[in-house]
Amino acid sequence: MSDVERPDAPDRDTLLQMFEIQSRIKLCDERLRSMLMSGQVRLIYYSPRGQECISAGWGVHLRKDDYVVTIYRGLHDHLAKGVPLRELWAEFLGRATGTCKGKGGPMHVTHPESGLMVTTGIVGAGIPIANGFGLAAQLSGTDQVTVVNFGDGATNIGAFHEGMNLAAVWKLPVIFVCQNNLYGEHTPMSMSTGVDYISERAAAYGMPGVTVDGNDPIATWKVMGEAVQRARSGGGPTLVEARTYRFWGHLMGDAMEYMDKAERKAAMAADPVVLYRAWLIDNAHATEAALAEIEEQVTAAIDDAVEFALNSPQPDASELYTDVFGDESAATLNGASR
Amino acid sequence: MSEPRIMLTGMAINEAMDIAMTLDPKVFLLGEDIAEPSGGVYKVTKGLSEKHGLHRVRKTPISEQAIVGAAIGAAIAGYRPVAEIMIMDFLAVCLDQVTNHAAKIRYMSGGQTTVPMVIRTSAGAGMGFGAQHSAMLETFAVHSPGIKVAVPSTPADAKGLLLTAIFDDDPVLFVEQMMMYWDKSYAGEVPVGDVRVPFGKAAIRRDGTDVTLISYGRQVHDCAAAAELLAADGVSCEVIDLRTLVPWDEAAVMQSVGRTSRAVVVHEAVTRCGFGAELSSRIHEELFGQLSAPVQRVGSANTPVPYASNLEADFIPTVADIVAAVQRTQG
Repeated sequence: MSDVERPDAPDRDTLLQMFEIQSRIKLCDERLRSMLMSGQVRLIYYSPRGQECISAGWGVHLRKDDYVVTIYRGLHDHLAKGVPLRELWAEFLGRATGTCKGKGGPMHVTHPESGLMVTTGIVGAGIPIANGFGLAAQLSGTDQVTVVNFGDGATNIGAFHEGMNLAAVWKLPVIFVCQNNLYGEHTPMSMSTGVDYISERAAAYGMPGVTVDGNDPIATWKVMGEAVQRARSGGGPTLVEARTYRFWGHLMGDAMEYMDKAERKAAMAADPVVLYRAWLIDNAHATEAALAEIEEQVTAAIDDAVEFALNSPQPDASELYTDVFGDESAATLNGASR
Repeated sequence: MSEPRIMLTGMAINEAMDIAMTLDPKVFLLGEDIAEPSGGVYKVTKGLSEKHGLHRVRKTPISEQAIVGAAIGAAIAGYRPVAEIMIMDFLAVCLDQVTNHAAKIRYMSGGQTTVPMVIRTSAGAGMGFGAQHSAMLETFAVHSPGIKVAVPSTPADAKGLLLTAIFDDDPVLFVEQMMMYWDKSYAGEVPVGDVRVPFGKAAIRRDGTDVTLISYGRQVHDCAAAAELLAADGVSCEVIDLRTLVPWDEAAVMQSVGRTSRAVVVHEAVTRCGFGAELSSRIHEELFGQLSAPVQRVGSANTPVPYASNLEADFIPTVADIVAAVQRTQG
């Protein structure tokens, strides 16, 4: 963000709503990483730190009844879709009070009440499934849209190709959001991908494709709004490539030898949440005190959620055998017993 | 309800989908070439797109991951999709969607989301299609907790089990042996209307006292033929048709084998790690002390399906193989 005013910016409420979502993501991530580093909790964690503006950018355009599909690096998307903090933290910590009773974990967070429908641990696999949500909306004649999030690495797997093609052929109301953080696991995009911009691939499917600076919250908000509007009005799918950077590598504990140190340092110095905060103040969209108050409220909500999660029990042993099938008779017969 | 009619298996499956779509607007079909004018490569969906519309009988690109993925999403959102995977070997192309998503989503979400979809697929050797269009791979799904598996042996069961599958709230892999679709020797009576066959309830196809033959799908007919031959030699065979593998009717099997003290399990899938291995193990675990002979397994050779007709015939278990296995239990 530059320090100049942006004529393309949304209204003040939307600007602050985006800041609130970004702060939730940033502060949740910071809390979780500090708990991991101090050994207070143990879990596999894929930090979305650095990618906050993208989720906030689509988050403010969606209704509660719109659908979101995401991946193992999904905390930012969960929060942007409104998954409640207590249940989300409890799920991350594998507690009975979690969104999925502790049976899914961070890689499989599901909260249909918020419209967070699927979190998958399989690269690219959410793309064909998102089409199903789009198809359901199209068949029902509703104007619900589906946002499916994935990384740049996912655009090299077959499911991406199959899913993009079907969405274009059926004109499904799906927004394909490629959060291009420039790395697929431990490999830079330049070593795995033959195009400079993922959005170029949209042309192969007869679908609009657009690249946006995913660290620019205003530009991202605008592009997401156009794609959501297109989908909602029957104009079909869009591929949005939002370019960004992941601050903490593939997963926590990753030594990041494959990342350029100077590149990472520069990206962290240009922290999009910090820059956006300064821009809001510099351009008189909010006072320092108003933003600090939002952050304090978010911090208090996180304090409450962490305490709730830590004080919650693990799932009852009987949960091992439930939710395999809808009719437990099938499970009892021989479906889920040893 | 009027009198049952004699139908071919392919017609019975078509009728089940027609009835389901008429009953419930949330049921729709998707798959390669399933709409008119082709009506499916085996004509099993013939006429359905004309009756129910192309929005409900949806032709797809040749994209198995996209087909199963779209079915999963729509199912979570409240629809009851019936996805056709043209040939069972092609399941390998979309197995991630089947095993990692369709099967696991209810569990991973703690029961918040369910996937009420059916994957219909044609399978089995005997048509001269070679190694990649002939395999029986039902244990792919059996080994993936969360998905049910049905393999009908008669037109009435094909219809009744498919109706149950479509209205079940869990994903179901529905295996149709292509040799049975339009072969008159597998024709049978089919009740009129929405008559469903429950899952997990085996059918006793023949009563017997000396040995229990346990099978499913087309090989049930071979078991019946073997039982007929053995009866002439004074060996009385009971024939159990499991109908569904997940769940399977353990009580019926144990009750029968407990009585006969001998069992032979028969299926077309390759013997090694086939469903018969599970059946045999469970029978030994439950009834070891009461058995008069070890449980025998009859399945296909542990090879890919060969092309040449003589080799293909040798690959598939035969009535003679079943008779020989029964004789091994007599001593």
